[in-house]
Amino acid sequence: MKYLHEYRDAAVADKYLAELKHVVTRPWTIMEVCGGQTHSLVKNGILSLLPDKINMVHGPGCPVCVTPLHLIDKAVYLAEEKNVILCSYGDMVRVPGSKKSLLEAKAAGADVRILYSPLEAVKLAKENPDKEVVFFAVGFETTAPANALSVLHACREAVMNYSILTSHVLVPPAIEAIVNDKANVVQGFLAAGHVCTIMGMDEYYPIVEKYKLPIVVTGFEPVDLLQGILMVVKQLERGEYKLENQYSRVVRPEGNPEARQVIEDIFEIADREWRGIGNIPLSGYEVNNNYAAYDANRKFAIDLTKAGESKECIAGEILRGIKKPGQCPQFGKKCTPLNPLGAPMVSSEGACAAYYHFSKMEELV
Amino acid sequence: MNEKNIIQLSCPMPGFDFDVINLGHGSGGVLTHKLLNSGVFDVLKNDLLNTKHDGAVFELNGKLAFSTDSYVVNPVFFPGGNIGELAVNGTVNDLAMCGAMAKYLSLAFILEEGLPIEEFWQILNSIKKSADKAGVQVVTGDTKVVEKGKGDKIFINTSGIGIMHEKAAIGFSSIEEDDLIIISGNIAAHGIAIMSKRQGLEFETDILSDTCNLNFTIKKLLDRFGTLIHFLRDATRGGVASVLNEVAKDGGFGVEIRQKEIPVTEQVNGACEMLGLDPLYVANEGVFICIVNASVADAVVEILHQDGNGINAAIIGNITTGHKGQVVLQSNIGGRRVVNMLPGEQLPRIC
Repeated sequence: MKYLHEYRDAAVADKYLAELKHVVTRPWTIMEVCGGQTHSLVKNGILSLLPDKINMVHGPGCPVCVTPLHLIDKAVYLAEEKNVILCSYGDMVRVPGSKKSLLEAKAAGADVRILYSPLEAVKLAKENPDKEVVFFAVGFETTAPANALSVLHACREAVMNYSILTSHVLVPPAIEAIVNDKANVVQGFLAAGHVCTIMGMDEYYPIVEKYKLPIVVTGFEPVDLLQGILMVVKQLERGEYKLENQYSRVVRPEGNPEARQVIEDIFEIADREWRGIGNIPLSGYEVNNNYAAYDANRKFAIDLTKAGESKECIAGEILRGIKKPGQCPQFGKKCTPLNPLGAPMVSSEGACAAYYHFSKMEELV
Repeated sequence: MNEKNIIQLSCPMPGFDFDVINLGHGSGGVLTHKLLNSGVFDVLKNDLLNTKHDGAVFELNGKLAFSTDSYVVNPVFFPGGNIGELAVNGTVNDLAMCGAMAKYLSLAFILEEGLPIEEFWQILNSIKKSADKAGVQVVTGDTKVVEKGKGDKIFINTSGIGIMHEKAAIGFSSIEEDDLIIISGNIAAHGIAIMSKRQGLEFETDILSDTCNLNFTIKKLLDRFGTLIHFLRDATRGGVASVLNEVAKDGGFGVEIRQKEIPVTEQVNGACEMLGLDPLYVANEGVFICIVNASVADAVVEILHQDGNGINAAIIGNITTGHKGQVVLQSNIGGRRVVNMLPGEQLPRIC
């Protein structure tokens, strides 16, 4: 597979590891923003290969993990009470709401469909004119174009029984929230390669300047990650801070203008609640007024009582890189993928799930 | 059974005076008899079945193995096969993994009202074809029909009786330290073939299910290596990772595997990448794990390479007394990580 084998090559990985060991002289804490990167670090055993001085902490870039509890409750409510075909990406259906997950709602008879593309949901809406079809549009900037496109398609084809329940979040405000946190320990970031594929790099320059932190846009394969970490460490060791692009084979500085245009057409930037983190101003997308008819939040205006989170779950600290999964007293005990207390134990991009699936219990902390 | 007979058997459909299965076909009345007499019995005929008794009566000598499995695949027709082939091969293979050669099968259908008779006919013929290929006879059976919406087109249960190979000593208790772990072929094809046709996930691919009968392959290994074959298990639901975890947990050993030795085709790997699935957890229907005494591992692989079902066989790891109860994988770049049991179903990820 072109552009995959090369980035999984053991000899190249060894070369970067050797250079890292050579370059690093002091302890550094680096955050990989994206859950896909966390997953790759753990799955490929990279954490076990890094020099001890490099401490990787795991970021909030797991869309499923940061989707607020009340939106999951709303999705469950729509599926159970409103004759709605509730469509979702696979990751989302197992995340616990305050009472149940979408998967549990499905088992109890609700019409919940796991789809790979939101355009499939538009097709479903056309095939089921007597039903409302709602797509649970979660994600970072990466999935926003596809979700926006589904609205454009529905609008173009006058499919009126389709809408999206958005929980779209943005990376740059999240990085700022993490850095501004009093408990912050992060000294450099691996930015999420796929997000930058869409958005480009421009929005990260001001963050680098303002907080004087190195940020390296990084890919997801083992060699990508090792090279990205090396680039951050080199900057830190030299006392530099700049924005660099490790993932240049995919990420163009300007991003993908067509995709950004679709996002702009459908969405507007709004305040967002992040599960485990709280409200972050101007940190997400909402469907704009022009497409209000396709906004499930407006179409099904209900006010569910906001339920509280599990007090035992430390997802907030995990998502801000303050703690690691092994430092949670409930990890692997009361909280497992089959009985999760919080979302990071569920999603394939959640840090807790990655540690649970791929790590030895004694190596966790 | 030669090729000519097989072709004759898969055609043509008798002139049924109904297009779809209805509740009457499970009533035991006229419609049931029509379906059985001009369909099932004709296709599957053999001396034991032809008695049309409540059960099959026969004699078997020696040590026997007995196994059962139910088949509920969706979609029932998928690239490389259908539920009928799975229902025969699955039970034949379960017996083979015990070290037994399947002899007789029972066959029970639960049909959903509305199932097109043509599809039923195709499945029935696949059952016949697979049974012939595996050298096994369907000797007793049952047909029930459930209301529309109460089933998923067709569910099948098969049970099988097989005669144990005299040299077989297969089980967790036979596994020893330093045994080598062999996988018989490219993994994850079946699960991906199924998934490529599921609603909402359809994607263009020519990946075919690997469903096949493994009994003759296993016989070859047992004939030649006997008790040096310590453990056999087909890596069906839950894939290779689940079998190896069972070995680690129930066998009380540690399991070491090397990612770069695990055979998986580029195409399957690509589909797994796209869907966010780990091929180690994806289902197979014609791939087995074989744990053997290290002294014969190379010879086992050589025999498998000469067998149609083991062309891509490879040694993927070993049994150790370290990290008991855990499967540890050495990644392509040399990192180490645990391969755990899968909690629930693997679900496609977001991005």
